[in-house]
Amino acid sequence: MHSHVVVLFLSAFLFSIGAIGVLVRKNAIIVFMCIELMFNAANLALVGYSHFLKSIDGVMLVLFVLAVAAAEAGVGLALFVLLFRNKGTIDVDKLNILKW
Amino acid sequence: MIDFKTLADPKLIVILPEIVLTIFAMVVLIAGVFSEGKETKYSSNGYIAIIGIIFSFLVLIPLYGKDISAFNHMVVLDGYAFFFKVVTLIIAGLTIISSMNYTVKNGLELGEYYALILFAAVGMMLMASSTNLIMIFIALEMMSVSIYCLAAFKRKDDKSVEGAIKYFILGAFSAAFLLFGMALVYGGTGTFDLKEIFNYIKIYPEYRYNPMLIGGIALIATGFLFKISTVPFHMWTPDVYQGAPSPISGFMATGVKAAAFAAFLRVFITSFNFYHSDYAGIIAFFAVITMFGGNLIALAQTNIKRMLAYSSIAHAGYMLVGIVASTQISNSAILFYLLGYAFMNIGAFSVLATIGKNSLEDVKGVGLKYPFLGIAMCVFMFSMAGVPPAVGFLGKFYLFSAAINAKLYGLTILAVINSAISAYYYLRVLVYFYFKGESNLSLNYNMSNVFGLSLAIAGVLYLGILPSSVISYLQQSIMHLM
Repeated sequence: MHSHVVVLFLSAFLFSIGAIGVLVRKNAIIVFMCIELMFNAANLALVGYSHFLKSIDGVMLVLFVLAVAAAEAGVGLALFVLLFRNKGTIDVDKLNILKW
Repeated sequence: MIDFKTLADPKLIVILPEIVLTIFAMVVLIAGVFSEGKETKYSSNGYIAIIGIIFSFLVLIPLYGKDISAFNHMVVLDGYAFFFKVVTLIIAGLTIISSMNYTVKNGLELGEYYALILFAAVGMMLMASSTNLIMIFIALEMMSVSIYCLAAFKRKDDKSVEGAIKYFILGAFSAAFLLFGMALVYGGTGTFDLKEIFNYIKIYPEYRYNPMLIGGIALIATGFLFKISTVPFHMWTPDVYQGAPSPISGFMATGVKAAAFAAFLRVFITSFNFYHSDYAGIIAFFAVITMFGGNLIALAQTNIKRMLAYSSIAHAGYMLVGIVASTQISNSAILFYLLGYAFMNIGAFSVLATIGKNSLEDVKGVGLKYPFLGIAMCVFMFSMAGVPPAVGFLGKFYLFSAAINAKLYGLTILAVINSAISAYYYLRVLVYFYFKGESNLSLNYNMSNVFGLSLAIAGVLYLGILPSSVISYLQQSIMHLM
């Protein structure tokens, strides 16, 4: 098997684990970690393609994604702290005031 | 190959309006520190933000008609970008004006509130002008992260925090899809530049149906469909709009949607035009379920903000019809619709912000007791329902006639049926406003509310009566894009 296929499948696999985790896990922080896993799966694919295509653009985007993910983590964790203050839990199943 | 001439002359003029807005956002942040904690009747931070919007507008006007590409084709200033910059500034300006009384009354009068609106506006403007997938991703995140904070701004309110967390989780989830899609497209074509992606697909037709490339395009489309809240990716929309402060709900419904449509259209017109016959059917399916889903669920709502959220989903469905047609006329009709929709939707949310209550029972009789609010709500609701001479009618007329020209008869009939369904729940609001008894609310709205609502009414009526100059401008800028 070509090595770029390996990178593609590995990143797709990690991405799927992350996506499934977002859908099934209840704890907000673990959900957020799964989203980070999805971002990092994309990063892995970008670094891999950047290597195989001999182009620097992919690595550049990875650096930006790291910065963006850090900003998102800052906002996300702040939101979870707010949720914990208001409700005393960060279980996403308890987010049920608003429906329909 | 680095072009040293471009490095020495980075053509900062292309992003000058964004630079001005960023500077003013920082000024508001500093000013907010000094005004915090003081009892005030006037929103000093809001005035600074408005001045920022006006300055940004003033530096934008001389750029009219220019076509410059800068930063190694990362950002471009063409007619399309110019139009969306104007729309974003209008949306941000109306949001700030309608927030000024709201923040003072609800104890949200903080510099961060206005600074975040300005930062989000910078992200929206960059999204419309970026011609590179890297830039689109960064601009999208710039906008989204600011909006997550704004949605949670009533931080003691359970609903606001709950809506914001739902938005945050689903927004980050969709951003991950978008990013993975970009990675796959990069793997398939070797570039992030929209024009170069187009050239690659044109030169190598044998790689056109490379599964990796197709998967990437599908994931990118999914990411954008999340942002413009189409069914079945709409779950977050009503919750976030209901929980967030009312002016911010209006900002999200119009600004985020306009920016996401701007990037969506630019990517799919510039890069993936070859696939149009393949994706038209899928988008048509999404358009139909989005229109029906949004309109039918909106019928059952008793909370006006939630009803407007479902109506914004339905409006996204109408605009998707334009993407299915994808002719010059239909694409410019989408842009026109976004502009008109911005005025009527922000207007409706500012009326709700002024009233401060959201359920149908709470607003009964408001139209009789406060005639100005009643007239304003009439204009916005009739416009959304598509009654002439308001812009909602003309927007739908252009969109649907473009779809007819593209021979999409079935889709147009479904869209018109939906438009008729929607009239019921828009007019029901007016029934509560006028015919359900006395109002026991006592509101104190000031000049900023009156001014903001008057601007929105003026926009709705002006575009509804004299649209031709805007339409012809839009057709030219779209032709340039194709």
